[in-house]
Amino acid sequence: MSGKILIKNGFVFDPMNGVNGEVMDIAVENGKIVEEVKGADVKVIDATGMVVMPGGVDIHSHIAGSKVNSGRALRPEDHYRDYEPRKPGLRSGVGRTVPSTFVIGYRYARMGYTTVIEPATPMLKQRHTIEELNDIPIIDKASFPLVGDCWFVMEYIEKNMLKECVAYSAWLLKALKGYALKIVNPGGLESWGWGGNVRGLDDNIPNFNLTPREILRGLCKVNQMLNIPHPIHVHANRLGQPGNYKTLIDTMDCVRDLYDGYKPIIYLTHCQFNSYAGESWIELTSGAPEVADYVNKHPHVVIDIGQVIFSNATTMTADGPFQFQLHLLTDYKWVNADVECETSAGIVPFRYKKRNYVHAIQWITGLELALMIKDPWRVFLTTDHPNAGPFTEYPRVVGWLISRKAREATMKKVNARALKRTMLDSIDREYSLYEIAIVTRAGTANVLGLKSKGHLGVGADADIAIYGFNPRNIDLSRDYKLVRRAFRRAAYTIKGGEVVCVNGEVVKSTEGSIFWINPSISQDLEDAVISDIRGKFRDYYTVEFDSYLIDESLLVNSRPLQVKGGV
Amino acid sequence: MEVIKNVLCPFCGCCCDDLEVEVDSNKIINVRNACALGRGKFLSLGEHRLLKPLVRVNGEYVETDLDKAIEKAVEMVKNSSYPVFYGFGCTSCEAIKLCLEMADLSGGLADNISVVCHGPTILGLQDMGIPSATLGQVRHRADLIIYWGCNPVEAHPRHMLRYGPLSNGRFVAGRKNRRMVVVDVRRTPTAAMADVFIQVKPNSDFEILTALRALVNDLDLEVEEVGGVSAAKLEELADMMVNAKFGALFFGLGLTMSYGKEHNIESAIALVRDLNKKTKFIMIPMRGHFNVTGANEVFTWQTGYPFCVDFSMGYPRYNPGETSAIDVIARGDCDLVFVVGADPCSHLPHHIVEKLKNVKLIVLDPAVTPTVKMADVAIPVAYVGIEAGGTAYRMDGVPLQLRKVVDPPPGILSDVDVLNQILRRLK
Amino acid sequence: MILISGRSLEQGLGKEASKFSKRYIDATMVCQIDPKDMNTLNVSEGENVRISSQYGSIIVKAVKSKYAPHPGVIFMAYGPWANSLTNPETHGTGMPSFKGLEVEVEPVKVTGQPQKEG
Repeated sequence: MSGKILIKNGFVFDPMNGVNGEVMDIAVENGKIVEEVKGADVKVIDATGMVVMPGGVDIHSHIAGSKVNSGRALRPEDHYRDYEPRKPGLRSGVGRTVPSTFVIGYRYARMGYTTVIEPATPMLKQRHTIEELNDIPIIDKASFPLVGDCWFVMEYIEKNMLKECVAYSAWLLKALKGYALKIVNPGGLESWGWGGNVRGLDDNIPNFNLTPREILRGLCKVNQMLNIPHPIHVHANRLGQPGNYKTLIDTMDCVRDLYDGYKPIIYLTHCQFNSYAGESWIELTSGAPEVADYVNKHPHVVIDIGQVIFSNATTMTADGPFQFQLHLLTDYKWVNADVECETSAGIVPFRYKKRNYVHAIQWITGLELALMIKDPWRVFLTTDHPNAGPFTEYPRVVGWLISRKAREATMKKVNARALKRTMLDSIDREYSLYEIAIVTRAGTANVLGLKSKGHLGVGADADIAIYGFNPRNIDLSRDYKLVRRAFRRAAYTIKGGEVVCVNGEVVKSTEGSIFWINPSISQDLEDAVISDIRGKFRDYYTVEFDSYLIDESLLVNSRPLQVKGGV
Repeated sequence: MEVIKNVLCPFCGCCCDDLEVEVDSNKIINVRNACALGRGKFLSLGEHRLLKPLVRVNGEYVETDLDKAIEKAVEMVKNSSYPVFYGFGCTSCEAIKLCLEMADLSGGLADNISVVCHGPTILGLQDMGIPSATLGQVRHRADLIIYWGCNPVEAHPRHMLRYGPLSNGRFVAGRKNRRMVVVDVRRTPTAAMADVFIQVKPNSDFEILTALRALVNDLDLEVEEVGGVSAAKLEELADMMVNAKFGALFFGLGLTMSYGKEHNIESAIALVRDLNKKTKFIMIPMRGHFNVTGANEVFTWQTGYPFCVDFSMGYPRYNPGETSAIDVIARGDCDLVFVVGADPCSHLPHHIVEKLKNVKLIVLDPAVTPTVKMADVAIPVAYVGIEAGGTAYRMDGVPLQLRKVVDPPPGILSDVDVLNQILRRLK
Repeated sequence: MILISGRSLEQGLGKEASKFSKRYIDATMVCQIDPKDMNTLNVSEGENVRISSQYGSIIVKAVKSKYAPHPGVIFMAYGPWANSLTNPETHGTGMPSFKGLEVEVEPVKVTGQPQKEG
C-alpha cells in the first residue's frame, strides 16, 4: 500500500486548515497525506474543475449492533425492492433504511464518506456491535457505549464517588473498545425497566436516589476528569414530545457551570426531535429559534440536527419508553429490547409525509436549527439514520442548506399551515461549501477528537472525497440539483490512500478500522474499581465478568487513541 | 491438571458461561456447574466420532485424506446449479459467515435450523414486532413467569435457576416472591413446579391466546371454555398477568410447531404487547441450540434476512415457504445440500430425508450421525465450544465467546479452517 | 389420537452420546401414552404399538406416560422414528408439522425387537 497518488488542480475545501476553495494539489503516500510525491509510479488524478474535500465523517448513524439488526430482521419489506447484486470483489446485500452490512460500507463510500460513528451500543452486547462493524467494508468506525442508566454508573454518582466512576468509565472504554460516553433519556431507561419514564431533569428514578440532572452532571464531570476527547453525547429526556424544547435547553444548561472555556462539554444529538414548542400535537410548532438562540449564546454546547427526510424511515433508539409511545400513536409494529442493568431499545417503522402537519413541523425544525445556529463548528448534518431518514439522503440535506430555492421547491409541497406557523420561509441564509465541509467532516472530526480525520493537512489519513462539480462555474443556490447529484456519487473516494470509488461506483472493497479510546489512570484506583465491579458482577449480570470483555484481537483493524486520564 | 473457568456450554440456548472444565493431558475429566445435558456433551466426546474424511465412491465409503475430501467438496459445489447450505445451530458465527459467502458466490440457498425451530417466531415478529429483553431483566424484576409450550426442566435445565423463578434478582429474590405458570398439553416436570398449571388441548393455543387477549383488553368471554381451559381459569390467568409488576413469557416449540405456527406467535406477541398498556411485560423465545440465535443474527446482518435466503438472482431474496430449505428439498429444486452444525436426517420429516437421497450431500460434523451416513463427502471437524472457539449468541441475543478447552484429535481441524480452505478454492 | 413430538431429557443426553447409541435409540424409539388410553387400547407397558399417520407408519415400544393425564395425546421424543410420521408440509412457512399430528395407534402383538418401517 505504498500507493502514491497525486490529486491535481482541484478546488480544495479544508476548513481545519483554513483552505477555502483554493486550487491546490493533494499528495498521498502510504495511506497518509504527504507534502509531495514523486516518481513514475504516482497515480495522477486530474481534479481540475472539481471539489476536493476530506472524506465525510458521520458523527451519529445507527449502523451496527443488536437493535440495528433487530430492525433489519423486523423489516423484510424494507429490503425487497432495494438491493445490491454481488459483483466481482463485492458482496450482495439489501436494504433502504436498514441496509445489510456490506451495503452500508459501499453506500457511504459512494457519497465520499470515510468514517462513521455508531452512536449507541449496549455494553452487554458490545461484541455484537464489533462483529457488525468488522463486516462493514471500507469505512472507519467507532462506537459509543450506553452508560447513562448503567447501574454501576448510577450507584457511583448516587454516592458521589466520582473518582471511582471515572475509573469505571476508563475501564469500560478499554474493555469494550468504546470511543465516548453515550447517555440516552437519563433515568428514563431504568424507569422503563418497570414500564415507566421520566418527565424532567429533576424526576426521581425509581429505586435509585438520583435524578437525570445528577446523572448528566456526574458524567459530564467524569468525562472531563478522564480527558475523553469527545464530550458526553446526549439524547435528551422527553424526546418526541410537544413542548420538549424547554427540556432540551434545561439539559444544555444543567452543565453550563462546568464549562472550562476550552472546548464544548456537552453534545446534544438529533436536536430536531427535542426542539418542539406547543403543548399538544395539534398546537405543535418549532422551538428551534429558542434552541438556536441558546446554542448561539453558549459555546459549551455542540449539536447535530437529525434532519427529517420525506420518505420511509425506521425509528430505533435506546429510548425504550419513547419508542413504545410511538407505537401507541401509530399502531405500527414495535420491537422492544431491554438490556439488564444498563439500557433499553425500541424500534418502530415510520414514514414522513409532506402533507402531514406534524411531519412538516419536524422537517422545518431541523432546517431552522441548521440555519439559525451561526457557528458551523457546533451544528452538524445528520438524519439520525435511520430515525429521521436514511443516510443516503444526506445530499438532499446539503441541497436544502446551500439553496433557498431547494427549500422553496420542497416548501411548496409541505403542509402549508406548518409553514405559516414557523420561521423557515423567512430565512434566506444559504450555506457555503466551506460550511458544508465543516458540518459534514471537519467539524465532526474536530469535536470527536479524531486528529487524523476531517482534514487534508500533512499527516492526516488519506481519506479524500472528490466531487464532480465546479464551484466557480455554478451558482450553488441555483444549481443545487447538480450539487446534490455530485454529492450522491463522488467522482472519487479515496480511503486510507486507496481509490475505493470512481464515479459513484465502488471499485475496491477494503477493511476499515475501529477507533477506540485507551485511557490510562492511576493503577491503584483502577485495580480497586475493577475489584469492586468484579465482586458485584454475578449479582448484577447473567454473564461472567470475563465474558463481558472484548479482546483487541476481535477488531479487524484496531486503532486505539491513548488518552491520559486526570486521576 | 488445569481448571478452565468461564467456559460457555455448547448445548442449549441458555448458553451458561459459568462452566468450569477440568482438563488433564488434553482429556476432559470433569465439568462443574453444567446441567446433565452440558455435562453429557463435554464428557462423551470420544464416542462415535468421525475420525477420518469419508467420500462415497461407487456407493462405497472410502476413507480419504483431508485435502482430497476438500477437493471433492469444492468440485461438487462448483458443479452444482443450486446448492443449499444448511444447519448452523451448533457452530460458531465465524463458520456461518464463511458459508454465507459460499452461498452468495455460488448463487445458492442459505438456511438455518430455525426454519424447524423458531422460524414461525421470526415470521410472527416480522408482522408484529416483539416486546423483549435480556434474561437479566427477568431475574431482577419478574414477579410472574409463564412457560408456554416449553419444558425447561428437560430442555433448558438451568434456565429456571439462572434466569427464571428460582433465580435471585436485585428487586425480586427467590421462588416464593414469584408466581410461575406453565401452559402445556401434558403435565411435564416443569408443570409440576408451577403455581398454576394450565393444560390445553393440542392445537388450540391460538384460540386460548386470543381469549386471553380479549380478557386483558377488558372484554368478556362469551363461552364457557376455550381449548379445554375453563373461562374461569383463563380469567384467573389474565388477572395474574395484568396485576403483575413485571411479567415474562417464555415460549417454545409448543407454539411454533403446533397448528397455527406463526399465527400462534402473532397472537402471543399481540397479547404481550397489549399487556404493556397496563403493566410491564416481555417475552423471550426458548432457543434450543447454543448458536441458532447467532445464525439468525449473522444471516440478518450480512443478508438482511434471518433465514431462508436465496442468492440465485445475484442478491439476497426471502420468501419462506418458497426459499426455505425444507421446501426446496421437498420440491427437488436443489442438487446439493451442504450441512454444517446440524443433523437433518435425524430431525427432519422422513419424506424430506428421502429426497436427500437424490441430491449430493456434503457434511461437516464431529460425530457419526445419520446424516454423515448418507453423505457423499463427510469431513470430521472439531466440536465447537470444546475443541474450537468462536462467537455464539444466547437466546436473548447476548453475544458470548466459545472456548477451546482441549485440542481435537490429530488431523481434525475446526469447521472454520475447513470452510476457509473450501472457500479459498472456490474463489 | 394426537402425536406430539418434542424434547426429552433422555433424548438430549442420548444425542450427545451418539445418534447410534442405545441411550438415544431407547429414548426415541418409544412412545409415551396416558395409562388410561393404554387400558382402552389394551396395551401393556413395554409392548409394541403401531403408530400410523398420513405420512408413514412405525412400530415402537409403548410406555406409560409419567406426565399424564393427557387423554388422546401421545408423545415421542424428536428423532428418526417420530419423523417417520411427521407432516413435511410447511404451509408456506418452512416449518413442517412436528406437533399436533393426527395418528392411529394400535397394539402389535409380535415377538422380537421393535423396528422401523415405511
